[in-house]
Amino acid sequence: MIPLGWTLALSAILFCIGVVGVLVRRNALVIFMSIELMLNAANLAFVAFARNMNSLDGQIFVFFVMTVAAAEVAVGLAIIVNVFRLRETVFVDEINLLKG
Amino acid sequence: MLPWLFLGFAALLVATAVMVVVHRNPVTSALFLVLSFCSLAGIYLLLQAEFLGMVQVIVYAGAIMVLFLFVIMYLNLQHDVETGAQIAVRRGIGWMVGALLLLFGFLLANRGWAPGPVAAQLPAQDGGNAAAIGRVLYSRFLFPFEITSILLLVAMVGAIVLAKGRPASESEGA
Amino acid sequence: MSALWNNEVFQVAFWAFVKVMIILNTLLGVVTYLIYAERKICGHMQARTGPNRVGPFGLLQTPADVIKLLLKEEFTPAGANKILFHVAPVLAVFPAVATFAVIPMGPPPMFVATDINVGLLLFLAMSSIGVYAIVLAGWSSNNKYALLGGLRSSAQMISYELAMGLSVIPVIMHSGTMSLVGIVQSQAGTYRPFESLPFALPNWGIFHWYLLLPFAIFFITMFAETNRAPFDLPEAEGELVAGFHTEYSSMKWSMFFLGEYFNMIIISSICVTLFFGGYLGPGPAMLGIVWYLLKLFVILFIFIWVRWTLPRLRYDQLMNFGWKVLLPGAVVNIVIATVWLYWRANG
Repeated sequence: MIPLGWTLALSAILFCIGVVGVLVRRNALVIFMSIELMLNAANLAFVAFARNMNSLDGQIFVFFVMTVAAAEVAVGLAIIVNVFRLRETVFVDEINLLKG
Repeated sequence: MLPWLFLGFAALLVATAVMVVVHRNPVTSALFLVLSFCSLAGIYLLLQAEFLGMVQVIVYAGAIMVLFLFVIMYLNLQHDVETGAQIAVRRGIGWMVGALLLLFGFLLANRGWAPGPVAAQLPAQDGGNAAAIGRVLYSRFLFPFEITSILLLVAMVGAIVLAKGRPASESEGA
Repeated sequence: MSALWNNEVFQVAFWAFVKVMIILNTLLGVVTYLIYAERKICGHMQARTGPNRVGPFGLLQTPADVIKLLLKEEFTPAGANKILFHVAPVLAVFPAVATFAVIPMGPPPMFVATDINVGLLLFLAMSSIGVYAIVLAGWSSNNKYALLGGLRSSAQMISYELAMGLSVIPVIMHSGTMSLVGIVQSQAGTYRPFESLPFALPNWGIFHWYLLLPFAIFFITMFAETNRAPFDLPEAEGELVAGFHTEYSSMKWSMFFLGEYFNMIIISSICVTLFFGGYLGPGPAMLGIVWYLLKLFVILFIFIWVRWTLPRLRYDQLMNFGWKVLLPGAVVNIVIATVWLYWRANG
């Protein structure tokens, strides 16, 4: 049906777009969104392999990754909100008090 | 028929993912991310993981991104301003690193890795994908399942404590 | 050309498309007269007549309103985010209509557009997407009241979505499938709750004792999900001007209005499918759609009845109720239903 190579290529492209997002953007929230993109790229690879190897273990792992991502987003956004309250900014290169 | 659908969803996914990274307004980035999650859900449906596709929409597009949007609106973030030579240099390096990573991935893939046979159909899932996942999840993966629920509880408590901020008495007394 | 026609996938897609077109057009007609019915019923409950001037018995009132709305001036507030401002009303209508593709209105395969085996999850997914319309409408209007109304309303919707999702789990356990057609078919036949009962009840969901509390919770969350009274504080006139749709006029406002009624219809359809046996009823199978429509109209009447009878809940009462009463209740009910079903299956 759908060749495994295509799905994995798509997953790789998505992951690289996520990496670029983390490296290029200054806004902490957009960095967070790029991290979500990377997690989803990994999920796509898992589902593709689950389909290809006729096993459901890949899909179970995706289930857990989604749960962990939800928990991570909740806590991460709370941290960003706190940092904003203290520093009045969400740009990661302006949060540099600890810089040598 | 199916490969065309896949290509369509894949194109939408890549286009919206690029727009997430490139667009200056965080609200628009978040909305493009919602679109990319929905197209990813479509791809899951094509890969015969319909339960996961629906859960992807419910959890990622419907809950996590709403949380993102709430925070963006609470912080009242406007257009990102990214001018200056230093930032431009960093941006250039970032794009190059991404391109190199992609190149690296394709080089690895080209070293004689064969896609392997494509299975025609997942084994007959009695009761559908959801029932099959349930059967595996609650028997073999019961322990990770319970640990994940504790993880969610911890995350909930942590997020509430972190987001609440300091109570008034503490900041007055200190 | 005939090769395309004989392609199986194309056939499924084509017939689904035809059914979807029929459903869409019928829905628009039903919504028009639902609005008229609401105004008439509300009038009679308030000891007055309701619209009766435009056309015989006021039947042309809603078309007249639509024409008026079409001719009104459309303005966009200064400083509003133009793209989001125009996209939000579309998002209000789209999820509700998308769910109609999986509702069985009569015996399959003719009366269901498509039957997927996670139909109930599709409904939950679409109601999660429906939150975006409100959030975006509030944000893009560049108006304090709209933003507050939008955030309140979406917070309310996502809180009650949790209780709703948990409350349908006992139904899934009872029927053993998430496909809406499967759920309706598991309610076929008759059922005797206890032997001494002289007559047999239809095997509907609601006549099983462990599905009564889920029904109560689902019924309450139905009102919260559609932002209808008594949960309509975020959009009540006189509270926050008009909540998230303060800055909308003419056709865009009527899209929100339409979206609210579509949501009402869709969520009543799900209630009928899960708890009242969907299209099942006495007589030949083809009569299924008549039974479905009858049950749907009864629930819609209750929607309208509740709106004009009960007072509004204050926002903190609303959130307290959702998180501290409905959510634990739904969880407790899952446990009770699981224990009972396991005990009954394994002796």
